[in-house]
Amino acid sequence: MSDAIKEAQDAISDIEDLYDTDYQIGQDNIEKWGFDMHAPVFPTSAALILLFVVGSLLFPEESKLGLEATRNWIQEVFDWMFLSAGNFFVLFCLVLIVLPAGKIRLGGEDAKPDFSVMSWFAMLFAAGMGIGLMFWSVAEPVGYFTEWFGTPLDTPGFTDEARTAALGATMYHWGLHPWAIYGVVALSLAFFSFNKGLPLTIRSTFYPLLGDRVWGWPGHVIDTIAVLATIFGLATSLGLGAQQAASGFSFLFDVDGGLQTQVIVIIGVTAVALVSVIRGIDGGVKLLSNLNMIFALLLLLFVIVAGSLGGFFSNLGRTVAGYIEYILPLSNPVGRQDDTFYHSWTIFFWAWWISWSPFVGMFIARVSRGRTIRQFLTAVLIVPVVFTSIWMSAFGGSGLDQAAEGIGELAGGIGDSTLALFQMLSHLPLTAITSFLAICLVLVFFVTSSDSGSLVIDSITSGGKTNAPVTQRIFWATAQGVIAAVLLMVGGSAALQALQAGAVSMGLPFTLILIAMCISLSRGLYHERRLLHYNNVLQQ
Amino acid sequence: MFNRILVPVDLEHVAKIEKALKTAAEFAKRHNAPVCYVAVSGRVPNRVAPSPEEFEVQLNMFAREQADKHGIETECKAVYSVDVAVELDDKLLEAIDAVGADLVVMASHIPGVADRLHLISSNAAYVVKHSSVSIFVVR
Repeated sequence: MSDAIKEAQDAISDIEDLYDTDYQIGQDNIEKWGFDMHAPVFPTSAALILLFVVGSLLFPEESKLGLEATRNWIQEVFDWMFLSAGNFFVLFCLVLIVLPAGKIRLGGEDAKPDFSVMSWFAMLFAAGMGIGLMFWSVAEPVGYFTEWFGTPLDTPGFTDEARTAALGATMYHWGLHPWAIYGVVALSLAFFSFNKGLPLTIRSTFYPLLGDRVWGWPGHVIDTIAVLATIFGLATSLGLGAQQAASGFSFLFDVDGGLQTQVIVIIGVTAVALVSVIRGIDGGVKLLSNLNMIFALLLLLFVIVAGSLGGFFSNLGRTVAGYIEYILPLSNPVGRQDDTFYHSWTIFFWAWWISWSPFVGMFIARVSRGRTIRQFLTAVLIVPVVFTSIWMSAFGGSGLDQAAEGIGELAGGIGDSTLALFQMLSHLPLTAITSFLAICLVLVFFVTSSDSGSLVIDSITSGGKTNAPVTQRIFWATAQGVIAAVLLMVGGSAALQALQAGAVSMGLPFTLILIAMCISLSRGLYHERRLLHYNNVLQQ
Repeated sequence: MFNRILVPVDLEHVAKIEKALKTAAEFAKRHNAPVCYVAVSGRVPNRVAPSPEEFEVQLNMFAREQADKHGIETECKAVYSVDVAVELDDKLLEAIDAVGADLVVMASHIPGVADRLHLISSNAAYVVKHSSVSIFVVR
């Protein structure tokens, strides 16, 4: 008996030694001017951001060409890697749901969740996918059906099969795969931070692989890349989003959708984001996410009822059937003939999701303490897929119905992809109200992204501290707005697209980082299971 | 005159609040009142401790050390927040009520350029403005 106890005690102390680091959170930080900055990461990130912004302003066309060529090269050459990695992440998450490791609770056995289930879901969507779902849920399926820009597996458009393929392929892009990518990052961060006491920053997930070296240069590089991918991803999508919102405004209210309106949109979004940042998670991003979820559900209900209830259920059947039918052929990287669809849609999306994963994953981690791994992955994978199926069937389905029946602009194909949602709504009743609601939703999703993004960058650039002064978050939220506005005013779309291509290119290094994260997390979970086992032995 | 004294502490920067701790101890002796040290923390690992459990151990230890050092009766209370940087002020106000303190002794920075530019705010100023109990601000 005493041998068993001795053995358990030895095993526990061996495992605890593995995570016993002398590193103190914030030890490399400089506290000055109301900031609390991690020494190399904050200044290096800031300098590189400035460099890239100035570069793309001085040479917008050249940097657009260069960075877009880089992105295209990455997507052409490493297409198989993106696709296979995506498949691997889905399997990895699904296996974890089933394995006994799923019982491990983030934050320890007695941890209680910080947020209610509804607020938690609302924040999951608001951080990473809200805007995309608004813009693409109509444009993407209708685009496939009308042969706008490639079709899944080269399925001919305007046919009954094309409708199923369109909904199935859209679900494939917005379903399990992106959420598995976010899930891997979020779970790794949450586990190593809440269960192992490591700082909440990307590098911590590599502790089991690199040991104390993560606090040195390898860690600085990982964190800096994460900051750059996040800020450029957010700033460029704010800039390009402002153009979309402005074209929405001009479509709806007959105002000029030019530069002036676009800059006003950026200033407005940034101003609201600042207020939200200053009010903190509870009073800011959580409140807005909840509000947005309520309005999104109202809009969803309206589209379902106003379209036709029968039509919705038939489209829902089609979405589910299409997803099941197409998920395997579309996940296959070998012998693909549908080049345009494969590279310009799937691989682009995969690089995009992966380059956003540090941001969304970290935010999800921050709000997920107290859930078990099984609850966490079910919520991050299964629930979004169910919700997105309903959303796509309503919005995409209505769009497809209109396109197939020759109603309105969508019947003529996608002219301006950003207007597809409004074109669909304009053939349902109460257009003025629903379109206005839609545009408000888009703007608030921008605010929640900007807010949660600032929170994430703040934490990474302060070495994993989550209590750094609010000044620092204000700095990053403002930086996003300023970068977006300056790029738009001086460099125009070319400068924005250049930097966006740069951000998406970060998807390549991050694919490797994510694969390493899976290995690291597996080791961590294995250790945690053994720790729990030996603790049980001791208790008996 | 005072029955319970509350002292907000930041275990990350104990050196900076040394004077406030001494002042609080003097009040405690004169009025024979216990001092309750309140620390607001996130549950995310921070400089003080990697977990809330460890944080409470540290805070208890701190309170005991103060008791020995100044010969006074001490208590402590850890308060958790999902966003310390923003919620600190309001969590302190809640703690004042919860603890039933009638005097708060707290350290505050000397206002400088950053305050004039409204870059940083003062926790002490906020508590003075929004609490009904007596506040002693130490600089």
